[in-house]
Amino acid sequence: MDSVMRPEGPSSEPDLVLAPPPPVRRILVEEEPTVVQPPAPGNGYVPLGGHGNGLTTQVRRREPSSAPKVERMRCEGVSIAYGEKLAVNEVTIPVRQGEVLALIGPSGCGKTTLLRSLNRLVEITPTATRGGTISLDGEDIDRMEVTELRRRVSMVFQQPNPFPMSIFDNIAYALREQGSRRPRKEALHEHVADALVRAGLWDEVGATLDHPALRLSGGQQQRLCIARALAAKPEVLLLDEPCSALDPRSTQVIEDLILRLRDEVAVVIVTHNMQQALRVADHVGFMYLGELVEYGPAEQVFGAPREERTREYVGGAFG
Amino acid sequence: MSLRTSPLDSVRSWPLRDCLGYFAAWAAGMALIAIAAAILIYMAYRGAQYFDLGLLIESPSSSLNQAKSGGFRDPLIGTATLLVLSTLIAAPLGVTIAVWLTEYGRPAGLARAVESAIEVVAGTPSIVLAMFGLILFQEWLGFLTFDAEGAVLGRSFIAAASMMSLIALPLVVGATREALNSIPGHVREASYALGKTKAATIRRVLLPAARPGIGTGAALGMGRVAGDTAIVVVLLGATLQILNGGDGDVFGFFKGTGGTLTSYVYYNSPAGEGLAPEKAYFAAFVLLGVVILLNFVVARLARRREPAWIR
Repeated sequence: MDSVMRPEGPSSEPDLVLAPPPPVRRILVEEEPTVVQPPAPGNGYVPLGGHGNGLTTQVRRREPSSAPKVERMRCEGVSIAYGEKLAVNEVTIPVRQGEVLALIGPSGCGKTTLLRSLNRLVEITPTATRGGTISLDGEDIDRMEVTELRRRVSMVFQQPNPFPMSIFDNIAYALREQGSRRPRKEALHEHVADALVRAGLWDEVGATLDHPALRLSGGQQQRLCIARALAAKPEVLLLDEPCSALDPRSTQVIEDLILRLRDEVAVVIVTHNMQQALRVADHVGFMYLGELVEYGPAEQVFGAPREERTREYVGGAFG
Repeated sequence: MSLRTSPLDSVRSWPLRDCLGYFAAWAAGMALIAIAAAILIYMAYRGAQYFDLGLLIESPSSSLNQAKSGGFRDPLIGTATLLVLSTLIAAPLGVTIAVWLTEYGRPAGLARAVESAIEVVAGTPSIVLAMFGLILFQEWLGFLTFDAEGAVLGRSFIAAASMMSLIALPLVVGATREALNSIPGHVREASYALGKTKAATIRRVLLPAARPGIGTGAALGMGRVAGDTAIVVVLLGATLQILNGGDGDVFGFFKGTGGTLTSYVYYNSPAGEGLAPEKAYFAAFVLLGVVILLNFVVARLARRREPAWIR
C-alpha cells in the first residue's frame, strides 16, 4: 500500500514528495526551416506542416487506394458571386473517383460555395450567380435536369439532418420518386439495407429500422445521412464539414467510412480541420479569398507547399 | 452560514419598493388562479346540481313548462357540426397560407399583404364577421342557406361555419408558420440535395414535421369556435331545434338552421326567453367541458416532443 502511494526514489527522501509529472507531449519548435523528406515508406506517418513555421505534429495516414482513378467531375474557370460579392474566383479543379479531394481554407474562403455549386445547390440562394462550366462525366451540369444531377451528385451537411421519420423511411425517401409512396416497403428493403451496410450503420440499426431517426446519436445520425446520400448510388459524394458537430470517436468512424467509400464514389470533403484533411485526403485544394491558391497531392500541399499563403495557412500563421 | 440559492431567501434584504413589486406580481398570479378555480368550482357545482344525462339526448322544445322544454341534444349536435365544418375549412386553408408564407413568400409585397390580411381577420370582432357573412350569403350565396318559402335569410350551418372558420384561420396559420420556421434550413437543403423538388420536400418532410404545430393551431381554433355566440345568432338562427333546409337529406342538414350550446345557454339564462336557468347551467358546464378538453388536447400536442436537430 505504502509503496504504491509513494513515488519511486531513494528512501532518504521525505514522505511528502510529489509524483513526477507525466511525460509531456513535446511540441517541437524548430529554429531553421527544414527540408521536408518524403514520407518514409511503410511507417504510415508523415509530418504535418513540417516546414519551419513552428508546428510539427504527426498524423497517421492511410495507404492510397489501389482502385483506378477516374475523373468524374471538372470545374473549368468557375466563378460564383452572391450579389456583388465574389465568393469563388476562376477555380479549375478535377474531381476523381478512387480518391478523396479535400478543400481547405479559412472561413469564408468560398470552399463550401464551390462544393454547393457541384450539385447546383448554390442556386437556391436568390442572389447567387455563376460563371464557368462544371461537367459531370463530360456533360455540362447546367444542361441536366437538376433533380437528376442531385441524385448523381449527393451531399452530406455539416449538421446531421435526418428527416423526422423512421430510419427506414429516411433512406426510402431518397429512393422514391418525387413525393410518391411507391414502390412498396418490401421492394425497397434490399436497397435500404445495402445503403446502411455501405455506411457502416447496419449492425447498429438493422434490427430497429422503424425507430425514429432523430433518436439516434449524433454520429449515427450523420452516418444515416451518408447512407441516405449513398442510397441512390451517386457517382460523387459531397461532404460539407461532416464531422464538425461530432465527437472525436464518431469522427474517426466517419473518416474510416470515407476512406472505404472512395473506391466506389468520387469524394469531395470540405474541412476546417487540417489534420482531418491529411488523414483522409489524397488531393488537397487550398482556397483563400475565393481563389484556389494551391492544388496537389496531400503530401505535397502539407509537406512542401509551393505557395507562400499555403505555407502560412498550413503552418498555422493564420486561419 | 447557508448558501442563498433561492431568491426568496433574500427578499428581506431587498429594498421596500422591490418587495412591494414582487408581492404585487405574486398576488396577481394568485388572483388569476382564484378566479379560474372559482369559475370551475361554481360551474362544476351547478352542473352537478342539475346533472341529468337525459338532457344530452333529448331535443329541446319551446315550452315554458320546464318538464316539457326538453334537453339540448340539438344544440350539442350544432356545436359539434360547426366545430367539424369550420375546422375542415380553416385547417387546409390555414396550412396552405402558412406554407406559402414560409416556403415561398414571393413577391415580398404580396406576402406582407397576406400577413396584414390575417391580422385584420384576427382582429375583427366576430359580430362584424357575422354581419359581413349575412350580406355575403343573402346576396350571392343564398343557395347555400335556409330558405323559408322563397325568402332567403342567409342563415345555415354552411354560412355559420364559413365565418367561424375565419376565427380559427389566424390561429392555424400562426401555429403552422411557427412550426415550419422551427425546422432548420439545412433540413430543407438535405431534401433538395437528394434531388427532391420543393413540393415533394414540403409534402414529405416539412408538413409531417409540422404536424404537432398544425394540430395545436386547429385545436386552439376549435376552442374559439365552440365559444362564439355572435355568429350563431346572426348566421345560424340560434333556433332551439335543427331545421333541415332541404328534403331531409345531408345537404339539407348543412343548409338548415340550428343553435349551439352557447346560444342555448343564452336562451335559457335569466337574460333569455327560455326561463330554465338550471338547464343553462348544465349546458354551460358541458360547454366548459368541451373547451377544457380542447385546451387539454392543445397542451398535449404542444408538449409532444418536437424532433430536435443538432444545431
